[in-house]
Amino acid sequence: MFGTSGSGDTSGYGGLVVRRGQGLSSPRPYGGPDGGGTPGEFDEVADELERSLGDELADAIERVVVDRGELTFHIKRERLAQVAAHLRDNAALRFELSLGVSGVHYPNDTGRELRAVYHLCSITHNRRIRLEVSCPDSDPHIPSTVSVYPTHNWHERETYDFFGIVFDGHPALTRIEMPDDWVGHPQRKDYPLGGIPVEYRGAEIPAPDERRSYA
Amino acid sequence: MSPTAQEDVYATPGEATEGKVFTVTGNDWDEVVDAAAQHEHLVINMGPQHPSTHGVLRLVLTLDGETVVEARTVIGYLHTGIEKNMEYRTWTQGTTFVTRMDYLAPLFNEAAYCFAVEKLLGIADRIPERAQAIRVMMMELNRISSHLVAIATYGMELGATTPMLFGFREREMVLDLFEYITGLRMNMAYVRPGGVAQDLPVGTVDKVGELLKAMPKRLKEMRKLLDENPVYLRRTKDVAYLDLTGCMALGITGPMLRAAGLRWDLRKSQPYSGYEKYEFDVPVETTCDVYGRYIVRMAEMDESLKIIEQCLDRIAGSELKGKPVMIQDKKIGWPSQLSLGHDGLGNSPDHIAHIMGTSMEALIHHFKLVTEGFRVPPGQAYSAVESPRGELGAHVVSDGGTRPYRVHFRDPSFTNLQAVPATCEGGMIADVVSAVASIDPVMGGVDR
Repeated sequence: MFGTSGSGDTSGYGGLVVRRGQGLSSPRPYGGPDGGGTPGEFDEVADELERSLGDELADAIERVVVDRGELTFHIKRERLAQVAAHLRDNAALRFELSLGVSGVHYPNDTGRELRAVYHLCSITHNRRIRLEVSCPDSDPHIPSTVSVYPTHNWHERETYDFFGIVFDGHPALTRIEMPDDWVGHPQRKDYPLGGIPVEYRGAEIPAPDERRSYA
Repeated sequence: MSPTAQEDVYATPGEATEGKVFTVTGNDWDEVVDAAAQHEHLVINMGPQHPSTHGVLRLVLTLDGETVVEARTVIGYLHTGIEKNMEYRTWTQGTTFVTRMDYLAPLFNEAAYCFAVEKLLGIADRIPERAQAIRVMMMELNRISSHLVAIATYGMELGATTPMLFGFREREMVLDLFEYITGLRMNMAYVRPGGVAQDLPVGTVDKVGELLKAMPKRLKEMRKLLDENPVYLRRTKDVAYLDLTGCMALGITGPMLRAAGLRWDLRKSQPYSGYEKYEFDVPVETTCDVYGRYIVRMAEMDESLKIIEQCLDRIAGSELKGKPVMIQDKKIGWPSQLSLGHDGLGNSPDHIAHIMGTSMEALIHHFKLVTEGFRVPPGQAYSAVESPRGELGAHVVSDGGTRPYRVHFRDPSFTNLQAVPATCEGGMIADVVSAVASIDPVMGGVDR
């Protein structure tokens, strides 16, 4: 009934899929890191960013998500570099420190499979925000932000290496962790973990990715 | 052959892939000398197995005489796929993987990861006070042991072996403590989602007290050796200069940033695990050079000792004595009943008697938690701690399952290594050693 056939899980709820609404923005007011309810720090950042982007870049922010005391802006990929420049240069925002790029692969989120996630920190205002940019598997291109945050140089190379996201405009987008001639991008969900079964005292223990999963 | 700034140094047009070929067969020595005199650049590989490159780091240096024209860093030799592996283990098992990333600061990796998991679970404010105090104490002990290695290798790479011996000897005191408390000297997986793996064993307070008594003198001895040593000063002062602008652009954090004059320390600016309760200073230097970074590290160890002393007072005090060290939520808190038996660390006899003898439900619960693990609500979280090398961040994504969907570590060594060209180019080749040592990269953390 809950799609549990074949798994060793007998609880009956193992395969239960929770469907959640896609692409919803958090409602105002966003509040701050300690919780919502009343307008707080996150509202200031969002207002200031909106003002800074103006009419010309008004479409840059796809949605704003506040979750677990963290503020995330989903940015349209064409606008990423401009938004980053605003975030860095506007004195009221001043996110001068970037903590690099992280990638995530959601193979089931059609059209938005690959994500690049940027964590920015403002030393001036002591705040943090997150930017998330998505691109489809079929067109894995995201503009490079090395010109805004030079520290992204290696981070973008790493994300390219692991996820195959091509950062257009990067000065030298090559693999960084894997060997130059490696085939495939290992952190993608369709890339197997690998491993071999191990025999221990007569019993065979399957490779980690072959073991029973409860998720 | 010598590349100019505008040309692509990697592939000059019209050049054979192997470059100019000299064949020395005899009687052509003049020719070879003439060619060499034409101001040629020499490309040398430093590493990946060079003793002074801190593990398997490879530097490709283009030299003009003894001056470094170009320094390129090649990493990836120690990539072990920890982040990928974690996607196939439970959330708790994740700690045993992250602890092996930056192997000189295992407790910081565990803490950053656990803070992120706790944030995702929404239990960050329910972590017992005692666990938080123990975490702080362990992290500060770890900061001392990590800085001691940094300074020991500083000294050794610059030709001073006594600081190396002193540094490793002093570090051994901290590692002995780790072994006493967690059972392991390194990679202890001691910090777990929800608290710490087990309470401090009897006698810890005395043993830490001994360290607090001995360490200041030992650190002073080390400073006596180095602080005003003329050779050391010549090798470190005004070497590998990187000012605040450069640090900010390259995302440098930690002692390197503080040696450039910015008082930025997450323990002060965005306190976690109760750091706001402790009194300590953030040492800052403005020299922007290797010597400044050395001084910052030395001063940070003194501050860490202060914090450990305050932790010890709290842990031994009546307020936190005998309090739990794991969250009081039976659906998450595992393994909360570990004890040391004659054959090593395992479930305590009391717990086994309970689940095997008296309570069927407890047995089911234990079984589910151990085999399946707990579920973490979907979403993503980022948490950062001030590791000995700078901001160590963990970006953790959950899809609602019993395993992490994605874990990414923003390791400070990885980011800080990007400063190699900025600090080495234009300097002497001998200073490359000192520049890399002052970044203090740990390749386990860089490559993960």
